[in-house]
Amino acid sequence: MKSPDFEYLRPATLDELLAFLADDSCDSQIIAGGQSLVPMMNYRVTQPDRLIDINGIDDLRGCRVEKGIMRIGAMTRYVELQHADIDREIPLLARVLPYIAHDAIRNRGTVGGSLGLSDPAAELPALALALNGTIDLACQAQTRSVSADDFFHGVYETECREDEVITALNLPCASDGDRFGFHELARRHGDYAMAGVIVAAPAGSMPRAVFFGVADRPLHMPDLDACLAEHLADGQTASLDRAIACLADVEMVSDTHASEAMRRHLCAVVLKRAIEGME
Amino acid sequence: MANVKSVRMNVNGETVEAAIPVRLNLVDFLRHHVGMTGSHVGCEHGVCGACTIEVDGRAVRGCLMFAVQADGSSVTTVEGLAQSGRSAALAAAFKSHNAVQCGFCTPGMMMSALSYIESGGSADRERIRAHISGNYCRCTGYQAIVDAIEEVIGEETGNE
Repeated sequence: MKSPDFEYLRPATLDELLAFLADDSCDSQIIAGGQSLVPMMNYRVTQPDRLIDINGIDDLRGCRVEKGIMRIGAMTRYVELQHADIDREIPLLARVLPYIAHDAIRNRGTVGGSLGLSDPAAELPALALALNGTIDLACQAQTRSVSADDFFHGVYETECREDEVITALNLPCASDGDRFGFHELARRHGDYAMAGVIVAAPAGSMPRAVFFGVADRPLHMPDLDACLAEHLADGQTASLDRAIACLADVEMVSDTHASEAMRRHLCAVVLKRAIEGME
Repeated sequence: MANVKSVRMNVNGETVEAAIPVRLNLVDFLRHHVGMTGSHVGCEHGVCGACTIEVDGRAVRGCLMFAVQADGSSVTTVEGLAQSGRSAALAAAFKSHNAVQCGFCTPGMMMSALSYIESGGSADRERIRAHISGNYCRCTGYQAIVDAIEEVIGEETGNE
């Protein structure tokens, strides 16, 4: 249960980091908060030749709002967001943050780390999808911005190439009339959820419901969104039932925590509760 | 040859310098190289909370940081809390409520509890439980642990 050996690099600037990433002579891995990576190294799930520590790159830290979009630097820690007074700009994120792991984990864990790991049970990837966010990537040759819809490819698989680093997450700030819902079911507060959902209903546009902890990636279904839109307008049981019916044929994870059938059931439970708690 | 780096950090008020393997985690460094054995090593994957320590004023998992990452940082362990007297009221409450059985979780539990108390956490039992949810007690002494934390907050806010 100890990590294998590695070469340790700690670049001070983004340029220095990108130069390290451009070198494909060995297997490199970026470490941000390390709250998932270090256990994976201890378990030998991953054994990078080189560990590139980005904790010293100040350009990757902090949030700023520009033209209604909040840009959150990839190295921003959850605890920094909790202290950043984001309730007004991104109330959904403020609401979800206390459910992301535990205090001591949030003190180290980062936004970019969660996105880059792409754990299907994590809250942040689902939130990025629900809010229709974009993820900024950089390599030596270029920078690009990828929609959250296209970013998560599967368990631990993302659009980010080996020579690239996630530099920021961009989320639209909330406007008057936007409504948000969130609910998750975990055996212990702060643990990965057996099932959870994040619902974003921006005023005047299609709502998005994204489930997490149930499939190989954040689960977003446009046909469910359409039924949800109906339900949010009419408040009828029938429209909610139609939304839930969309989950019937989706392949879900079955593991020691919950069977596939149980997860499908829990999806309906969390969706109902998230809608009831929308504000 | 193992990759080695020199580190320098402040541990409980004293400067510590060492050349260490980069793969060494922070809690092992504190226990085996610095001799601060108060922080315990439980699960080694960030679940049990027994290794909770303070790095630059924030509670973190000692098993989820490599010691080399703490270069230039200030680290406080449960020994440091005792030396400075920061944990005196909490330790007394743990004792009077019998919130310690085998004691393995206690250093991490006190670290987590103290960060909650010092950040102005409320005496609400559900909130206390949510906060210490990242720390496992295998003797299941949670009731007494929550009692102790509640009492310290009550004393500090005068709402006993």
